[in-house]
Amino acid sequence: MRFESLLIANRGEIATRIIRTAKRMGLRTVAVYSDADKNALHAEMADMAVHIGPAPARESYLSIDAILRAAATSGARAIHPGYGFLSENADFADAVAKAGLIFVGPPPNAMRAMGSKSESKRLMAKAGVPLVPGYHGTDQSNAAIEREAGRIGFPVLIKASAGGGGKGMRIVTQQSELEPAIASARREAKASFGDDTLLVEKYLSRPRHVEIQVFADIQGNAVYLFERDCSLQRRHQKVIEEAPAPGLSPQLRSRMGEAAVAAAKAVGYLGAGTVEFLLDEDGGFYFIEMNTRLQVEHPVTEMITGLDLVEWQLRVAMGEALPSSQDQLSINGHAFEARIYAEDPSRDFLPATGRLLHWHPPAQSPHVRVDSGVRTGCEIGIYYDPMLAKLIVWDENRAKALARLQSALADFEVAGLVTNLDFLSNVATHPAFAETAVDTGFLDRERDALTPMATQAPETILAVAAIGVMLSRQEETKAQAKMSGDPYSPWFLASGWRMNDDNHHDLIFKNGEHDQKVTVHYRKQGWQIDLPSGASISANAQRQDDGSLMADLDGYRMSARLVREQQRLTLFAQGKSYHLDLFDPMSLAAGREAQGGSLTAPMPGKVTAVHVKPGDAVLLGQPLMILEAMKMEHTIKAPIDGVVAAVHFAPGDQASDGDVLIAFAQEE
Amino acid sequence: MTALKSALNSRDPEFKANLSAMQALSADLRAKVAEVKLGGGEGPRKKHLERGKLLPRERIRQLLDMGSPFLEFSQLAAYGLYDGTIAGGGIITGIGRIQGNECVIVANDATVKGGTYYPLTVKKHLRAQEIALENNLPCVYLVESGGANLPNQDGVFPDRDHFGRIFYNQANMSAARIPQIAVVLGSCTAGGAYVPAMSDEAVIVKNQGTIFLGGPPLVKAATGDVVSPEELGGADIHCRVSGVADHYAEDDAHAMAIARRIVGTLNRGKSIPLTLREPKAPLYDPAEIGGIIPTDPKKPYDVREVIARLVDGSEFDEFKRLYGTTLVCGFAHLMGYPVGIVANNGILFSESAQKGAHFVELCSQRGIPLLFLQNITGFMVGKRYEAGGIAKDGAKMVTAVACSKVPRITMIMGGSFGAGNYAMCGRAYSPRFLWLWPNARVSVMGGEQAASVLAQVRRDGMEAKGESWSKEDEEAFKAPIRSQYETQGHPYYASARLWDDGIIDPADSRMVLALSLSAALNAPIPQTPFGVFRM
Repeated sequence: MRFESLLIANRGEIATRIIRTAKRMGLRTVAVYSDADKNALHAEMADMAVHIGPAPARESYLSIDAILRAAATSGARAIHPGYGFLSENADFADAVAKAGLIFVGPPPNAMRAMGSKSESKRLMAKAGVPLVPGYHGTDQSNAAIEREAGRIGFPVLIKASAGGGGKGMRIVTQQSELEPAIASARREAKASFGDDTLLVEKYLSRPRHVEIQVFADIQGNAVYLFERDCSLQRRHQKVIEEAPAPGLSPQLRSRMGEAAVAAAKAVGYLGAGTVEFLLDEDGGFYFIEMNTRLQVEHPVTEMITGLDLVEWQLRVAMGEALPSSQDQLSINGHAFEARIYAEDPSRDFLPATGRLLHWHPPAQSPHVRVDSGVRTGCEIGIYYDPMLAKLIVWDENRAKALARLQSALADFEVAGLVTNLDFLSNVATHPAFAETAVDTGFLDRERDALTPMATQAPETILAVAAIGVMLSRQEETKAQAKMSGDPYSPWFLASGWRMNDDNHHDLIFKNGEHDQKVTVHYRKQGWQIDLPSGASISANAQRQDDGSLMADLDGYRMSARLVREQQRLTLFAQGKSYHLDLFDPMSLAAGREAQGGSLTAPMPGKVTAVHVKPGDAVLLGQPLMILEAMKMEHTIKAPIDGVVAAVHFAPGDQASDGDVLIAFAQEE
Repeated sequence: MTALKSALNSRDPEFKANLSAMQALSADLRAKVAEVKLGGGEGPRKKHLERGKLLPRERIRQLLDMGSPFLEFSQLAAYGLYDGTIAGGGIITGIGRIQGNECVIVANDATVKGGTYYPLTVKKHLRAQEIALENNLPCVYLVESGGANLPNQDGVFPDRDHFGRIFYNQANMSAARIPQIAVVLGSCTAGGAYVPAMSDEAVIVKNQGTIFLGGPPLVKAATGDVVSPEELGGADIHCRVSGVADHYAEDDAHAMAIARRIVGTLNRGKSIPLTLREPKAPLYDPAEIGGIIPTDPKKPYDVREVIARLVDGSEFDEFKRLYGTTLVCGFAHLMGYPVGIVANNGILFSESAQKGAHFVELCSQRGIPLLFLQNITGFMVGKRYEAGGIAKDGAKMVTAVACSKVPRITMIMGGSFGAGNYAMCGRAYSPRFLWLWPNARVSVMGGEQAASVLAQVRRDGMEAKGESWSKEDEEAFKAPIRSQYETQGHPYYASARLWDDGIIDPADSRMVLALSLSAALNAPIPQTPFGVFRM
């Protein structure tokens, strides 16, 4: 059963993370990549990389044939599926076995058993694992689902039987909301998993999400590697995870751990798995599901146990016994993981796409770990999950670890696309999170307070931005001179020289909602800067070796980094990031030309439904079109009361960011 | 190369006195320029801004690459003329960098009498075009002008170097592949309409720029039609219907951005036919230059002290150091560019003139630009010198200077009198650029000499008739002559009439000369055919 080469059927951070461990273990690694990932980090890191098809996952990372062909081409002997994609696809596991290769994961039967929500619950009930009251029947009629929901009692949760990760999941608080929720859950379930079977469950109002990491080997040993608290969720998507769960008593921990091991044993489990429980306020815990793969948040377990879970997976797959028994395992300290996404919290967490202009994670240390699959210059497209990286921190106890998390988030510099970093910082510094364990509804309840406001940059930051612009202009000019036929030309001195006169330059920044003027006077050494408040400071700046700038404002020094893409500036200073736009007369004119009654796509995506036709009168806020992007549905609503003049897209069409979707004739 | 060693002591009271005297002159110059910068004054400027327009200097700032120097010409044009109301001649001209290209910018200042052309406005506009032509520099015209100033029509319309010459130049520069770009920011009426119409590309600002041969009043008088300026010749008409303009701008800032974009498409490179060196600062601070120049112009000083504060590393390879010592010639680098320097260090003798002619020949052969540092009372006079052929030796130098095709730049650092002005590349010798220091004096001879010569002639005449002339009467005769020469020889008087390209602070000399030289290198350097040297 030993193998010396491993194909990683995944991409992004998890692929790079698996490659690292596999290489350390002396395995030859094979990456696979789609058209969209030609320049991706994971493809570069592996010993070998095989192209497996076009960008859409269905034709590449989800294509069993393509993956198996890649394994055959490369001569890989084993396949690690990572998480997502084919990781919980039993047919894939079967196909891998049939091809004579080793699948790093549980037996297909265990996957199938746990993959079906209704089947898994039946098995768990039999094994004595506590379950949430619910309906998992085969009668999928609306009437049956409505009847069962009534029996269980509102609020109830409706979700896709085949799914996970919040897709196709709806909370329903009263009878009248049931029907549209069922329809929409079915649609999403069908789109995400190709199966629209739903189940209904009791919805616990303030539960915590606590999951147990389990491991089983072929010799029949099974252990639990303690718990992770993943209660910080936004619409059922985990945001920050931690281990151990705060306030969990050793007794409850071992009861939950033993229940999880029992669950694994009940399906003849092998390798790494996670048993998810809802933990009620009264200490009751209920089985939700078992994830038959490595979890995104596995690093927090690694940090508190000092183990490498990927190494365990590979050793189990090689037929070795588990390296440790239960009594050899213990918890050391506390760890957090924050998921860094390309998404815009102020726009309902719409996924963001674009080029990563600047990617500068905090320095790694025994306390700070960054698992990332991206780097500066990466293109973040619409095809895959918008998670960019995971930030993992560790310290002796929760308070210290939380402080590490806060400062590491502050040091994390990303520019070029919107991320949830500020949102994560707000969460990490929320007093409730520091004080107590929070429940799964916390983020949705506190969302307004946690959503980062468009931060208005203070004047000091405006001054730093201004000298940053001036300094880079000098450097650009110098570079331009070098390229020209006249490399030392005094015409390329960016000193703003004037005859018998001083000179200045006005910089107009769009700062939040306001246009603010900063006047920079050229001086022999540096600049004199007039700020909007009327204050005037003498300033200077120097470029440092790491590309950041050291600004001197009337003798007060601060380090900052300015990333510029055309007129858009991102400034990192003092643990915060600020966005400023430099006034550009050209773009202003372009904007004026584009004005008119029309609705543009907020992001690239596929049109899945169109609710209106030309001539329809619509009211403000009325749903017009559904756009599916990043596997999420986005409803395009009427921006005004008006009449639809034209509909430019039909279901199935692909829309690009900024495309005009629907044109309006304004109501007279 | 050998570095010059300065003998100057900045603690010396004389140095301090010299410096503060020069600084006072520079301060006065800056004050005058500050006045000029206000254009037509507070009222018209306010009105201009209220219309949503940018003032001409702000337009230029936005047109240029951020931080670009602007080498402005003739800031004091029309100073003291036309009752002192036409600040800077109502037009701003100069060289600046746009998208990496040095361009000549000609910007009307509509706050000054609506931007109408006075005789000196025309002269300043034409001089800017001449600079563009000689140095192969694209032209950007920021147009906002009511056209010829009608009361002054005899000084702006009929002659060769009058208004019509502007369009003649545009056509011929365009033919010489020197791009002509116009941005119409206000009215361009009658003749003015030809500035955009004769341009390679034209931008016009909506609700603001108008182009027509006959304005609404003329149309009404001629045909009885009542029409608004915008309907008659606004941006919409010219960009959508007539095709007189090519680019439609929303406002001034947008227009400047479009003009920048146009310059970005010119596809011009600059290749320097010189061996460059990495620039080095002089060993001695250029700000000390004022301390060298004696307050009494009759007092001699070593011009090498000035050179040591102008050139890279103060390095100067002198030619014929021991011969014709009143003219200092040698090679140096100015901000990386090699230059040949010809500098006065006293009155010109035959030997110095021959040395000068020789050195100019050398530079012309080698294609090295020439820099003339002028401080000259003239050629030596007297029986012995005439007999020695000083006239033919002077002619040799004048011939060499007149014929040389390398870029020649002149800076007048003191006196510029008589034939010395010619030999040292005065205005009549078409240096690419001619700059004055604020202590300069330009006239056919010094005021004292002129007064004495005229008094001598008069005394001779009177004495021939047997009349006598008292010392007091002679002094009364001489005083107004001295005063006239002092007035007319003053740099403000000279610069107001465009006898030069502007007055500069001596401390800025290095920058001004380097910018001038660099701009001049946009044109190729041809071989020089010299005229007959009288031997």
